[in-house]
Amino acid sequence: MNYELSPLGDAAVIIQLGTDISLDTHHAVRSLTRYLEDHPIPGTLDLVPAFTSVTLYYNPIQVQDHNDHDSQGEHSPYESMCKKLHNILERFEPSSEKEARTIEIPVCYGGELGPDLEEVADHNQLSVDEVIDIHSNGDYLVYMLGFAPGFPYIGGMSEKIATPRRDDPRTSIPAGSVGIAGSQTGVYPIETPGGWQLIGQTPLKLFDLDQDPPTLLEAGDKIRFKPISLSEFKELKEGQS
Amino acid sequence: MRIIKSGLQTTIQDAGRYGYQRFGVIVSGVMDQMAYRIGNILVGNQGNEASIEMTMKGPEIEFEEDALITITGGNLSPTIDGNLIKLWRPIYVRAGTVLKFGGCTSGCRAYLAVGGGIDVPEVMDSRSTYMRAGIGGHEGRALKDDDCLKLCKPGERSNEILKLLKDPDQPYVESDWSSASEWSTEESDENIIRFIPGREWSLFTQESQEAFTGEEFQLTPQSDRMGFRFKGAQLQLSEKIDMISEAVAFGTVQVPSEGNPIILLADRQTAGGYPKIAQIATADFSKVVQLKPGEKVRFKKITHKEAEKLFIEQEEHVQQIEQGISLKLREGGYNG
Repeated sequence: MNYELSPLGDAAVIIQLGTDISLDTHHAVRSLTRYLEDHPIPGTLDLVPAFTSVTLYYNPIQVQDHNDHDSQGEHSPYESMCKKLHNILERFEPSSEKEARTIEIPVCYGGELGPDLEEVADHNQLSVDEVIDIHSNGDYLVYMLGFAPGFPYIGGMSEKIATPRRDDPRTSIPAGSVGIAGSQTGVYPIETPGGWQLIGQTPLKLFDLDQDPPTLLEAGDKIRFKPISLSEFKELKEGQS
Repeated sequence: MRIIKSGLQTTIQDAGRYGYQRFGVIVSGVMDQMAYRIGNILVGNQGNEASIEMTMKGPEIEFEEDALITITGGNLSPTIDGNLIKLWRPIYVRAGTVLKFGGCTSGCRAYLAVGGGIDVPEVMDSRSTYMRAGIGGHEGRALKDDDCLKLCKPGERSNEILKLLKDPDQPYVESDWSSASEWSTEESDENIIRFIPGREWSLFTQESQEAFTGEEFQLTPQSDRMGFRFKGAQLQLSEKIDMISEAVAFGTVQVPSEGNPIILLADRQTAGGYPKIAQIATADFSKVVQLKPGEKVRFKKITHKEAEKLFIEQEEHVQQIEQGISLKLREGGYNG
């Protein structure tokens, strides 16, 4: 497997597994993250998988190998960590991806819950129904979570409905809002300020402390958006609380 | 303990929430890890017990039971009964005593550690407050006037130190033994912050690299627990690049397109997509987080090896403090 190691400061290492956002790289990232979870290197504090890399945070004291000297006769924790990673990565074969889950996300499009839907339609010279149709017929993949708890970085939105961010970001966007920013789409798990074009809202909780894990989505999930009516939205929302 | 007045931004924090970044859950935790850790050691805590972090303007707190406390970090002029109390040493406080904070004379963030730690529920293995998501700490938010906090049962070591200091005739007793005065921000040298070049260092123009290492940068008021924004020379890339978001750490220095560097701190996002010009050496984190808006710094480039060496020296220092306390307790002569 092709990879490159580089330090992120004195207590983390970035394992770069590719240079483009692609399915192959995504599988390598997922597969390596799983391996390092199941076979933790002593001293590991956290693993952060992203689009093309896995970052491993460690405690240099716990990684320091007193039998391992560098050219100046010092014990370099980073070099010890890299040595361990080389041993793993040189013979690492990404395992076949577990059967990906497909998660359906019901969305009530437009109206008060999606105040920018018409703007997205106008920008792309489409009707509102066409926008909904295109958005809810895409095959989406969750590449990573970040930005906020449970916030998915999703790939797979059609360029036909791509719309630039709003000039005046909103100071508060309700949790569950489904938005478009450039050629990305996503769902806000918690209330936050933001500049995305809001096209609808899901009644599902993407971040829920009573669940384990606390997030509905995981990297590697496939998702589908399913249009629902306002009354269905209210009903589902009721059932959530 | 009862929070009579909450101060400017007073939160409950511990060493941070690790293991959940892959779900987009930020690490949070204290800004000044050294002040926090030494605080816990001084009151005999032996893990990641929760402390109170305060910024610029500290709170007013009434202790409802006898407690062993210490204040570390920046000097926000703590007083009991009008007397200034000393930082970086264990203090016995009698039930009913009120601790107040005044003006900020050095640094800007102080930590109140208590024997046993603050008793709030763990959320995802940590007691740190993550305000935006409303989780951890006390009800997921900064402390307010009249909040009441419970303390965890102090461990054996805390009780031992408390017993040595305790004098029920006094509202408080300071140990005459202090640790770690070199951690005190009053004694830190000029504001020189050491860094290792970041992943995108070589993509910045020669002038920007020179400006970053040669010129002064000023901390702006648009700074918080998430990141410190600096103003100074405009830093530019040689050519525009398309960055793919990847993990960012405490101390990562990102440069958005307008050219002003931002140091990411405790409440940073889990991943970022701006070019990283630098990564601050862990050994200088305490110095960074004690900066006040308006203060100026210079950044000094060091090698990765040097940063590791500084890290190890700092850890050895913490171990020495811990051993020092063990020794004092064994001699039974904590206060003399």
